[in-house]
Amino acid sequence: MSELRGVVVSHADLASALVAAVRAISGVEDALLPVSNEGCDPKALAARIDAAVAGAPTVLFVDLPGGSCLTSAVRLAHGRAEIAVVTGVNLAMLLDFVFHRDLSPAEAARRAVDAGGRAIRTPAA
Amino acid sequence: MSLALVRLDDRLIHGQVVVGWGQPLNAAFIVLVDDEVRGSEWEQDLYRMGVPPTMEVVFASLAEASRRLPEWEADARTGIILAGDIDTMAALVAAAAGRITRVNIGGVHHRAGRSERLRYVYLTDDEAAKLRRLASNGVDVSAQDVPTARAVPIREFL
Repeated sequence: MSELRGVVVSHADLASALVAAVRAISGVEDALLPVSNEGCDPKALAARIDAAVAGAPTVLFVDLPGGSCLTSAVRLAHGRAEIAVVTGVNLAMLLDFVFHRDLSPAEAARRAVDAGGRAIRTPAA
Repeated sequence: MSLALVRLDDRLIHGQVVVGWGQPLNAAFIVLVDDEVRGSEWEQDLYRMGVPPTMEVVFASLAEASRRLPEWEADARTGIILAGDIDTMAALVAAAAGRITRVNIGGVHHRAGRSERLRYVYLTDDEAAKLRRLASNGVDVSAQDVPTARAVPIREFL
């Protein structure tokens, strides 16, 4: 099995910004690809995501737990064990992901939910 | 009339609808008119995920929507009607027999054969003709993706 990759799917330029931030912090260049929903209908967005997945085992990191990015991502992943979907993408989950890609897509998705959730807190000021 | 927005949007239920329009309009329900989604519980679950539990979502076929329109108009709550393609919207307006007087074009995105009319409105010539026909029948057709943007009358882009 080829190494797991992540595709970040977002509104506007958020995906590109997150991927750039992960590269800047981690130095890992080849783990993530950004896809924006800018200017496309759901079918065109699904085609963009599919092109980024390119048949490889993939986790789709989606920005919101609803809306066009999610519906296109879930449609693409439906019935395909090699693709898993996580919503609520954040920088912390992506940084954890790029260093833990020796997992199945489903395992990596569960790990991303834990890593992303742990990053949301209210530190004592 | 409690239907505050009748919207054409190929992304159907998404952030601009739920948050962008739903919040300022204080919308309590969304009617999604789409024969394909009406027949798929899996897709309905998917669209419900993007809607807060305080907002009701009704999935209707075109035939059901044509029949139930007076019921939604009479609802004391504020509602939004959504259709994802021009044929469905035109058929709904025709079935409404004059009760739908305004149509908002929220997003018709790029696809092969379409050309750009606005940043978020791409149409084939045939689709453009159908929208012009709607307007010539007395419906106020304008494009406006979010409430804070200017409503662009159809005559300015078609």
